Amino acid sequence: MKPFYLLLVLVAVVAGVLMWRASQNSGGDVSAAAADVPGIVTAADSAFQGYVLGSATAPVEVVEYADFQCPHCGEFANVQFPTIKDQLISTGRLRWRFRDYPLGSFPWSRIAALAGQCAGEQGKFWEMEDALFQHQSDWGMSRGNPTSAFRDLARGIGVDVDKYNACMDSQRYAGRIEASHREGSARGVTGTPTFYANGRELDNTRFGNSDAFKNLVDSLTGKVRH
Amino acid sequence: MRRRQVIALLALVGFCIALYLWFYKIGVIGKLQCGSGSCEYVQTSRYGALFGVPVALYGVAGYAVIFAVAMVGLQPSQLARRWPTTALALLSAGGFLFTLYLTGIELFVLHAICRWCVGSAVVMSAIAAVAVEGAVRRR
Repeated sequence: MKPFYLLLVLVAVVAGVLMWRASQNSGGDVSAAAADVPGIVTAADSAFQGYVLGSATAPVEVVEYADFQCPHCGEFANVQFPTIKDQLISTGRLRWRFRDYPLGSFPWSRIAALAGQCAGEQGKFWEMEDALFQHQSDWGMSRGNPTSAFRDLARGIGVDVDKYNACMDSQRYAGRIEASHREGSARGVTGTPTFYANGRELDNTRFGNSDAFKNLVDSLTGKVRH
Repeated sequence: MRRRQVIALLALVGFCIALYLWFYKIGVIGKLQCGSGSCEYVQTSRYGALFGVPVALYGVAGYAVIFAVAMVGLQPSQLARRWPTTALALLSAGGFLFTLYLTGIELFVLHAICRWCVGSAVVMSAIAAVAVEGAVRRR
């Protein structure tokens, strides 16, 4: 009997040591790029409530917490979001608010978020969001820092590249991204994408498609079809 | 007795894998040691949680229960009893079916394989094989 219990203890100890080491290495060398370091949060960073698409008078507001490198966010953005934009946002029934929630498990999430914010500084956030998600499979697999790929995307959507470069170099929105992440965590966000409709968290196992959002807007605006 | 020992040992290994994935899910571990990167895709997908609870936590609970039953069944007063054998067979059969569902999601919906999930699936299948075979033999 004794060797059996020794074996159990051995398995538990080895697993414990491996997990402890994994938790110590959580930052990892992939985060070595300076832009991947969470920024210092100022009051102005915390006051920024994300980029908004849609009418200010829309009866329903959805807040999306997303990570530009999260594949499921990419799938949602590329497949479902265009329909939501056409059918609900453009028609004034829904307002969409985007909040950065870099997961920490992908190497380029924060740099991509920074690229989004720097394009946003020139009024091109949604174009950049679209470009980042559409090309996610290209830059997402990059072993090296994809900053130049982001610059190409920024150029493609028509931003002033010199201003964009200055913005990226200064990392002036790193604090804003960190503030958004902290706010999401405080609300209970643990994964992406996570959605809130008029302040209520949606079950993301059901809200992965445009029909679910259409039904949600119908129900919240009293247009429920039976 | 040997079967219950094997099941307890396998359940402990499975528990450690599930605990590792759960720690990742709740942010204790920042990056999964996976190699291909598909682990993060699977874990952060919408199928990474069921009824709002991370799938890994079901694994932690399931393996813990199997481990506990096996350990109780190894106590001298319980060695000749049949109930631990039956309970282990039922629990592991349930775990095996859940594993089949999760593997199906990986293969046919997400088209991505998480190595840790495969490891857990192998462990759960082995537990089920040993436990069910033991229950059949004791009939």
